[in-house]
Amino acid sequence: MTIDKGDSAIEFRLDPDSGVPTYLQLVQQVEHALRLGYLKPGDQLPKVRDVVATLTINPNTVLKAYRELEHKGLAAGRPGQGTFIEATLEQVTLPELAGLRRTLLGWLASADAAGLDEDGIVALFTSGLRDFFKTSGGRGNAGQRGGGSRDRAGTAGSADRSAADDGTEGVA
Amino acid sequence: MNVIETRELGKRYGKTWALRDCTLALPAGHLAALVGPNGAGKSTLMNMVVGLTVPTEGTAAVLDGQPAGSPAALNGVAFVAQDAPVYKNLSSADMLHLTANLNQRFDRSFAKARLADLGIPLKKKAGKLSGGQQAQLALTLALARKPRLLILDEPLASLDPIARQDFLSAVLTAMADDGVSVLLSSHQVAELERVADYLIVLSRAQLQVAGEVDDLLACHRVLTGPAAEAQEYATRLTVVQTRRGETQAHLLARTSGPADPVPPGWESHPVSLEELVMAYLRSPGVSEPTAFARVQRATSKEATR
Repeated sequence: MTIDKGDSAIEFRLDPDSGVPTYLQLVQQVEHALRLGYLKPGDQLPKVRDVVATLTINPNTVLKAYRELEHKGLAAGRPGQGTFIEATLEQVTLPELAGLRRTLLGWLASADAAGLDEDGIVALFTSGLRDFFKTSGGRGNAGQRGGGSRDRAGTAGSADRSAADDGTEGVA
Repeated sequence: MNVIETRELGKRYGKTWALRDCTLALPAGHLAALVGPNGAGKSTLMNMVVGLTVPTEGTAAVLDGQPAGSPAALNGVAFVAQDAPVYKNLSSADMLHLTANLNQRFDRSFAKARLADLGIPLKKKAGKLSGGQQAQLALTLALARKPRLLILDEPLASLDPIARQDFLSAVLTAMADDGVSVLLSSHQVAELERVADYLIVLSRAQLQVAGEVDDLLACHRVLTGPAAEAQEYATRLTVVQTRRGETQAHLLARTSGPADPVPPGWESHPVSLEELVMAYLRSPGVSEPTAFARVQRATSKEATR
């Protein structure tokens, strides 16, 4: 069969089981498409009405996603026309990236040595990440980040609590 | 602007209250899901808002204070009753002609174009159309009146999955095109998760909770922790539902959001819309503080708009 060529550069799809709010799924798909080069500045995002009709979702959800993209400076609305891509998402090419990765691998090794399995590591990392961004709001605390992932070796048994402590340590 | 405003609205049939003490303010621009089990009072509420049923007590107004059933209200509100009734022996064309003549405002060319788009033959008797087509015919007639408020009573109940999706798509597209506000009743919560951005839960003739879906999901959390501490926690928070075992308890509680401090040893999880609705349906009677918060939120939002 032939596949119809759509009017806009990308098409949205929704993952019903992801647990991610619908508007956030749309935002993430635009960001993903930007990273992969499916979208570039000047491209028009799908019209609200079309997204509503094809995905059977509330128009306010699409508007919320597009507002979020505008807020992030990635897109801008043009009255009477639609929403257009404004910026690119730079791939992170920080020189620190390799170092960060090395530290992470070291941390993973110590978690493994302490007896945490893969799920346990994911749970610990996720809760630590959540607490870190909840308490510090992320950026601006770069200098203190190193302290967050100090060796957790002996504390595998009380994973959740030590992760919660981490977050507060970071800003203390 | 509120498209629906009720104040201590109630309806009694004989000795039984079908709905009681319902105070509600639905802001414009939403698709509101009206959810509850059979006999909760959904149809009664809708019929009073439309003006088909006279309240026993309280008041109902639509579209910024027009009394329900008044000519101005009737002109701006379209209602599709349960199972999308059509005159079975009339053709689609006759139904269109009839509706056009019974209403002050009716966009014939819109209705004809829409029926053509849907492939609904004008000459066929409405009773011979499929269930999905009958629902779409009823919806088309309602939308052609260019309402500002569209009220749909259990429109999906008798439709197959494809027809349901087509029907919802049509309603949502009308929202995107014309900015029509929608009140839609259903006892299927799951399929309204992405469709509704406002939720009204009725149970046993009482309003349980009402609010924007995002707000409701943000301020309800499931808290899991030691059963021994559950009681103390429950006195500090509005707990909608408690499930507890010997050592562990789950509290579905109204909090001030994900940033609400969780005591040591407790975990906090987000809730799904279905979980939230089920909790309110299973534990009627926790609605008082929420009603207050809702009124406050509605007023503060109104002020910022």
